[in-house]
Amino acid sequence: MTRAGTAGGTWRSVVRTGALWGAGAVFLALVGLVEAVSRRQIVAGVLSLSYTFILLAGFGSGVQVSRRWAGLAAWQRLAGGAAAGALAGVLVGLLVVIGRLANLRPMLINASLPLYEILSFGRGLGGLPLMVLVQAAAGAIGAAMLLLPPAVRRPVIVGLGTAFVIGLFQDLVQLMLQSGVRAGLRSLLFTGEGLAPRGAVILMVLAAGGNIFWTRYRSPVRRWADRLAPPRRRALRGITLVALAGAILTLPWVTGLFISQVLVLVGLYTLMGLGLNLEVGFAGLLDLGFVAFFAIGAYTVGLLTTTGPLAVAHLSWWAVVPIATVVSLMAGVFFGLPILRIRGDYLAIATLGFGEIIRLLVLSDFLRPWLGGSQGVLGIPKPVLGGLEFRGPQQLFYLTLVASALVAFVAARLRDSRLGRAWMAVREDEDVAEALGINTVNVKLLAYGIGGAFAGISGAIFAVMLGSVFPHSFNVLISINVLALIIVGGMGSLPGVMVGSLALIGLPELLREFSDFRFLVYGAVLIVMMQFRPEGLWPTAVARRELHEGVPATAGGGVELAGAHEPDG
Amino acid sequence: MALLEVDNLHVYYGQIHALKGITLHVDPGEIVTLIGANGAGKSTTLKTISGLLRPQQGRITLSGEDLAALPAHDVVAKGVVQVPEGRRIFGQLTVHENLLMGAYIRAERNGVETDLARVFTLFPRLKERRSQVAGTLSGGEQQMLAIGRALMSQPKVLLLDEPSMGLAPVLVEQIFETITGINRLGTTVLLVEQNAYMALHIAQRGYVLQTGEIALSGSAAELQANAEVRKAYLGG
Repeated sequence: MTRAGTAGGTWRSVVRTGALWGAGAVFLALVGLVEAVSRRQIVAGVLSLSYTFILLAGFGSGVQVSRRWAGLAAWQRLAGGAAAGALAGVLVGLLVVIGRLANLRPMLINASLPLYEILSFGRGLGGLPLMVLVQAAAGAIGAAMLLLPPAVRRPVIVGLGTAFVIGLFQDLVQLMLQSGVRAGLRSLLFTGEGLAPRGAVILMVLAAGGNIFWTRYRSPVRRWADRLAPPRRRALRGITLVALAGAILTLPWVTGLFISQVLVLVGLYTLMGLGLNLEVGFAGLLDLGFVAFFAIGAYTVGLLTTTGPLAVAHLSWWAVVPIATVVSLMAGVFFGLPILRIRGDYLAIATLGFGEIIRLLVLSDFLRPWLGGSQGVLGIPKPVLGGLEFRGPQQLFYLTLVASALVAFVAARLRDSRLGRAWMAVREDEDVAEALGINTVNVKLLAYGIGGAFAGISGAIFAVMLGSVFPHSFNVLISINVLALIIVGGMGSLPGVMVGSLALIGLPELLREFSDFRFLVYGAVLIVMMQFRPEGLWPTAVARRELHEGVPATAGGGVELAGAHEPDG
Repeated sequence: MALLEVDNLHVYYGQIHALKGITLHVDPGEIVTLIGANGAGKSTTLKTISGLLRPQQGRITLSGEDLAALPAHDVVAKGVVQVPEGRRIFGQLTVHENLLMGAYIRAERNGVETDLARVFTLFPRLKERRSQVAGTLSGGEQQMLAIGRALMSQPKVLLLDEPSMGLAPVLVEQIFETITGINRLGTTVLLVEQNAYMALHIAQRGYVLQTGEIALSGSAAELQANAEVRKAYLGG
């Protein structure tokens, strides 16, 4: 075994890896996550979510050791993975032993007896060797994953992943499978508690099979499509588009109320993200008070359409949306004026103030007779178009979809316009932009104004979604969320806004049953993202160039460039 | 009549009196150079002409039209454009995109294409690298790009701030040749340089700046022959 040490991979790395993953498992146990999800079955009667989390420690350390020891013999990697997994198991066991000897609860409120029961498989201290064994097995399996040839590994991972995701979201999936054929599918795959074992196997086989099929036939299919005569290819593309549109349009009715609500929320944040992206991503103007424009849009709709006592007018929602857009646009320009000369970090702080000013204004007793103070504006009627009333999330989904599509189109056109280029110049170097003849004052005010207008539209839909507006809906967390989502999606990238919104707004909503634990995931995801993929999930070409220097941007001058950037030695 | 005239220009940085009454003029078709030591006020003069700094006193006119009150972007529109010190190209954008930024103030499309072609004839290097990210260009190429970008706005007067800074000697020579070439095509040049030897070599006239004041002026030949200038700026 000492040969492994001399051959490059040291046993120290096994110890470190196992200890880190083990510590991770102990951490999850001590924050209460493990116990909280002990009743949640991934595969009913076989694997609960608790054990999934715990065993992830062994599995992960196995994968990591196996990767680090890539040059060594298979048995060494397996042994290393098992050893690291076992060490993770020992740490988990140690927690139980210490917890049984000394009462940890005064300090660590979640270190409870039920937790120890879970961690020792309900067998008291006698279960601990079992934990070490199981973790070692998980580590060996993790190490083995990297030993598989890629053609086998990929379907296995896809199969396991699919089963896990469906198991995790089993209640949402079950809700979609209520009637008719779908109900039959449901009783085949699920039990009351979660994925049935046979369901898990079926899903794994299907997903793995699908993956194998896709890898095998992807390129022949593409070649076949490329060889088609142009009119038939157009027809094929048309069919694909219609199918895609059909899938999107039926989405709220297939997925049900809850997911529709989540999608509407994702849409609202996408709208805001598109606006802030224009300020931060295009023009480089950091804005932490963005929620102000969202609030202004919502309050404009509230005051001009409400049936309540605060009504300024009784207009229809459709008439008010343009007004709300213009009002938020003017608010954006107005806010931009005093901060034109502020740059960088100072700008962030100044804008942070704006969001708070608006929130405190609508909350204030001073403006209570007009804005309703903490009571807000109630009784906002739902928009009606023809015979269709947008009363619930399933209808509002379409409204948000159309609004997002329109706004995304406008944003794309702006990006490629002269104004878009001016924003880019201001972002890169404001002084030079000025020296090239760009009126930086106008250009910056337009960024604030148009960005604000987009958020205003979002607020207008938000107001009818709730049927009321309250000051407390407009806290600084929304601004932070919007900023985080455009960073995660990819600064300056339009598709990135939607991807970021799905990841940071949609996913936490779907994980609502884990209550506050999901914010643990949220924070961890942000840190990991910034470590390993700082350019975002769907970055722009410019961001990719910036963060992966030396990678030629185009084939053009790239050849010489690659030579010039050869790393030393 | 002079194309660009600066009359009794006073500029302050807070309490510091940086320019103490600068008077100079540039005639159409000339290359005029401003030489002087670090901190003499050369860059300040250029920045004030292009509207990035505000004078406390004094007049700046282009063909008799007042520039001193205009914001920088309007000065560009009038036909005075500056190539900033240290090049300051848009590093994340491609060469092509950088050049288009230079044509920002112009609306007509065809003219931009023609000028793009003209810049590429002046700098064939840039044409080779038009789709390359500007930040990865060499120092000399970046300087060419900065000049090309300024030319895209079709200036009457080109203000150059230390174009030779940080470049290898062979590149310096090349840049100065290019400046002469641009001038021959009809663009008037006001050149700020620490490399007085090269600057006086291509200029028709020059001004020597000392601590915010014009200490000497005259034809390039006169300045080259002047004993003080030789001692202070030309190394004997």
